[in-house]
Amino acid sequence: MTLARLHSGLALLAQFTGEHNSLHPAGPQASGIEWLYWVVFWITFAAFVLVVAGFTRAAVRNRSSTSEMLPLVRDLEGDRRASWAVGTAVFITVLTLFAVLFMSIITGKKVEGLTSKNPVTIQITGHQWWWEAVYPNTQADQTITTANEIHVPVGKPVVILTNSADVIHSFWAPSVHGKRDLLPGYSSAFWIQIDKPGTYAGRCAEFCGLQHAHMGFSIVAEDQDTFQRWEAQQLKPAVEPNSSETVRGRQVFLTHACVMCHTIRGTDAGSRMGPDLTHVGSRRMIAAETLPNTPGALAAWIIDPQRSKPGNKMAPNLLNPGDLGALVTYLGTLQ
Amino acid sequence: MLSEALFALFLTATLMLAGCKREERQLRPSPQASQVINEAQVSGLNPGANPLPGPPTPTIYEESAYAVSEGKRLFNQYNCSGCHAHGGGGIGPPLMDNYWIYGSQPENIFATIVQGRPNGMPSFRNRIPEFQVWEIVAYVRSLSGLLPSDVAPSRSDELHVKPPEQSMPKQTPVGITGAPEPSK
Amino acid sequence: MSQQVAVPESTREPILARTWRQPGGFWGWFQNVHHTAIGVRFMVTAFIFFLLGGVLAAIMRWQLATPEHGVIGPDLYNQIFTVHGSTMIFLFAVPMMFQGFGVYLVPLICGTRNIAFPRLNAFSYYVYLVGGLLLWAGLLLRTGADAGWFAYVPLSGPEFTPGKRSDFWAQMITFTEVSALGVAVSIATTILRYRAPGMTLNRMPLILWEKLVISMAVIFAMPAVMVVSYMLLMDRTINTQFFNPAVGGDVLLYQHLFWFFGHPEVYIIFLPGTAIASTVIPVFCRRHIFGYVPIVTSVVATGILGFGVWVHHMFATGLPQMSESFFTAATLMIVIPTAVQFYCWMATIWHGRLQLMLPMLWMFGFFFVFLIGGLSGVMLASVPLNWQVHDTFFVVAHFHYVLIGGALFPMFAGLYFWIPKITGRMMNTLLGKVHFWLFFAGFNITFFTMHFLGLRGMPRRVYTYGPEMHWEGLNLLASSGVLLMATGVIVFIVNFFHSKSRGRLAGPNPWGAGSLEWAVSSPPPAYNFLELPTVNGREPLWDALPNQPVVTGLRDDIPEVLVTNSLDSEPQHRDELPPASIWPFLAAIAVSVAFIWSIFSPWGVAYGAIPVAATLLGWLWPRGHSPSPRVPEEV
Repeated sequence: MTLARLHSGLALLAQFTGEHNSLHPAGPQASGIEWLYWVVFWITFAAFVLVVAGFTRAAVRNRSSTSEMLPLVRDLEGDRRASWAVGTAVFITVLTLFAVLFMSIITGKKVEGLTSKNPVTIQITGHQWWWEAVYPNTQADQTITTANEIHVPVGKPVVILTNSADVIHSFWAPSVHGKRDLLPGYSSAFWIQIDKPGTYAGRCAEFCGLQHAHMGFSIVAEDQDTFQRWEAQQLKPAVEPNSSETVRGRQVFLTHACVMCHTIRGTDAGSRMGPDLTHVGSRRMIAAETLPNTPGALAAWIIDPQRSKPGNKMAPNLLNPGDLGALVTYLGTLQ
Repeated sequence: MLSEALFALFLTATLMLAGCKREERQLRPSPQASQVINEAQVSGLNPGANPLPGPPTPTIYEESAYAVSEGKRLFNQYNCSGCHAHGGGGIGPPLMDNYWIYGSQPENIFATIVQGRPNGMPSFRNRIPEFQVWEIVAYVRSLSGLLPSDVAPSRSDELHVKPPEQSMPKQTPVGITGAPEPSK
Repeated sequence: MSQQVAVPESTREPILARTWRQPGGFWGWFQNVHHTAIGVRFMVTAFIFFLLGGVLAAIMRWQLATPEHGVIGPDLYNQIFTVHGSTMIFLFAVPMMFQGFGVYLVPLICGTRNIAFPRLNAFSYYVYLVGGLLLWAGLLLRTGADAGWFAYVPLSGPEFTPGKRSDFWAQMITFTEVSALGVAVSIATTILRYRAPGMTLNRMPLILWEKLVISMAVIFAMPAVMVVSYMLLMDRTINTQFFNPAVGGDVLLYQHLFWFFGHPEVYIIFLPGTAIASTVIPVFCRRHIFGYVPIVTSVVATGILGFGVWVHHMFATGLPQMSESFFTAATLMIVIPTAVQFYCWMATIWHGRLQLMLPMLWMFGFFFVFLIGGLSGVMLASVPLNWQVHDTFFVVAHFHYVLIGGALFPMFAGLYFWIPKITGRMMNTLLGKVHFWLFFAGFNITFFTMHFLGLRGMPRRVYTYGPEMHWEGLNLLASSGVLLMATGVIVFIVNFFHSKSRGRLAGPNPWGAGSLEWAVSSPPPAYNFLELPTVNGREPLWDALPNQPVVTGLRDDIPEVLVTNSLDSEPQHRDELPPASIWPFLAAIAVSVAFIWSIFSPWGVAYGAIPVAATLLGWLWPRGHSPSPRVPEEV
């Protein structure tokens, strides 16, 4: 049954995933890089055609198909002409490389050049193998903590601060910007901006161990009002259970292994080993974009997380069906 | 050239047969090992090193460097270090010396974690699946050099107050029951 | 120089053959120090590692052929890609392209009878062999390194890789780099001091120039990686804190040191390819190379500039833009010498008389494949583009185009070119062509596809991917090319064994080539040259005078070589080379014990030093010189 649920979950997954392509940019950073890509692509393409043409012409020009080795040739006049040709070719090569360098630096400046007095700031911390996202605020109770799903307002500059809790990860949403490594012991910052509303997928791009392949995140770009509603919702403590089923679910959560690793604000669960689950019901995906957030996939994940993501830090939970159902229902209500 | 190839082949065959338990990584524990321990407590008073009727001791955890390092991670993340520090003790007794109040055998430590002990050691019954308890047990034993040094963890990426577990000298466990008092 | 005729040839030959005799039998195998034997060993061993690494690559492509494919789990996949990369770089590419070809060819091309420091050279082979066996034994013992071929800390460090996996990897580095350093010293000395009279720097064949530059690059680059792998090992075994951020250690320091080696390493692998190109192209265009001086300048420039570009592997770490742009400029600058060489080769073909035989066919494969790799390298040099494609399959495509294009295609050209010299028999042309087209097609199907995967956001080193990413079609295509490549390599092996026993006899110079190795019989006799040659031009056999003099005055009854000075290769004195000996093998065993022991206990270094010292003592024990005046003598 678990297996069947998982498979239906995988089928559903396809419709959840956002744009994930460096040639489909959604903001000024990625489109600046895309522009540079096409310019350099056509330059290198031209160079490729010219060099291949040159070699082809050279090869067919004096080709001899005898199997005996021919006597040596000496062509001083030809060498003189070749010197001019090679000299010119090198000159053109150097000029072209200067052009590439110039465009690269200009694009780099442009892509990095975003500033804003009052940006949205997101602190991203890489964990093996999920992303913690904190929207810091000087007031502690105004700080949002979430995981793997980042919301940003459309058309506004956003600062991403990076850090790592364990090994090196790399934060990369190809449609938004290039990648930036998250280095333990270093923090760095960069700007992004998304102009088209939508969902954009991202992945870890630096090898980080067993589940490097399943370390995804998504960026949801939405208009200012929706974003503010999302912020307000995220700031609230967890929804109180309102039915016997959800009360039981919370009880299961608090008396089993769940409470050892996860936080649900407003309850006794406060460990920060795993993702904050206060509003887990509002997220589209679970397990760092590995599974869709459907009751079936969630139940399969809770029972045997090592099946779809072997090596991850979450232990299996062999709950009885009643407890499991209650827990999944409860987690689903945490909008 | 032929002799070289034969030699390499022979070496390869030998090694493949040998295998290496130290490097085994069991990423997906069996359903058996994933159970949380939930049986009724046998007795409220069990202060000695007498083995409790617990599950039989699996050896795979103490032989796998990965399992021990997972134990080390869990030891910190489940906040064992809150009382025992990094083995030096504080609110709870030190774990890096040779003095074992409740016994140094894996099943003794298993019982200590699952059932708790008087004067502060809480019970983790129903909280930690069995295989994780065994991983923590293996790590706790490595703290006083009871594990081979190629299995015990090396230093971690943090500030250090003691040598890493792999450098701990092997100590003969002593305790209240059936063993002499440690000479102070 | 005087005309030969001191002793009649017929009586000298058996004396020389006895003097340079290579010991036979089982124990003789471990005593042999002659460069042709050691060179062939390097090539055969490296080729076996190439096949093993290829098997791993095929397993990876099998796993990635379809989404969520369950052939192997993440733990094994990580070990496999790490061992694949480490094998191909450390156990195949460098030992094959630099050590194998270099040790076999350099003394022959210099016109001398053995390599300088022949025992060190033999020692280097054993050390390399043990290093390779160590890594592979690790994989078979489930102790396969699993942190990637560059083993970034902290992932490879003590906290995140428990057990001994990274230690095996780090010690494998030590073994192979000791080996490369030993060979680099031997080759550089041979080139600088053992060249035939008349082979002035200005007339040195291009392949010697390149081997000299590579040797220098090895000598400057390898210590960096040995230092960094030892720092990692010390962090893991004796609790040092080099890479522990909590106490001021630095994870970026590792990357700087590693890539300070890692990028020159690319040129250490690629320059032998250009060396083969500059040797093969003139032969099959029936003319001297066009642009000798520009090519030499380019090679030297590449060797130097190669040390100034390492940060382009670290653009995504968030270093300041201005300093990153400096490395963009340096990286683009290194395109220029390579472009110069390409244009010179093109001009050589243009104004020559092309004979498209097997080695030349592979050369055209090299031009095509390496060109694509070089041009995608221009993209990667740009900081903003690098942010997008770094650590994706685009980079996987790029470096396979560069390394397979820059090393494997020239390697096959070189093998088809020199195997007649090594075995004495020609390779089969038809099978060679089948091999080429299968490999060429398979390679491009597999790796060109990966460019698109990278741009569509597929990161490298993932053991699987979900169906929702829509990468499955391209991945399946990429995996299918592996079958063609593997078939091609099998055809090559069949061809080799077939030709080895039944191929047409090659004779001394089947290609009508111009360098000195073609002046001797195929395979070369143990003493290489009956009469040590002198040289009158850049292609000694083509430019020889009708009565080209030979060197006389060397004793035939002891293993003597002629030492000339570095610039003008004027004869300076005679040097007696050591005879065959078991000590290099014993020393290599002692060093191996010390290295492997130190993985498990730091005391391995202390106690392991005792047998090392003992074997070195045996090695260096004065043997008493043959009564021979060690002063310059007119020859």
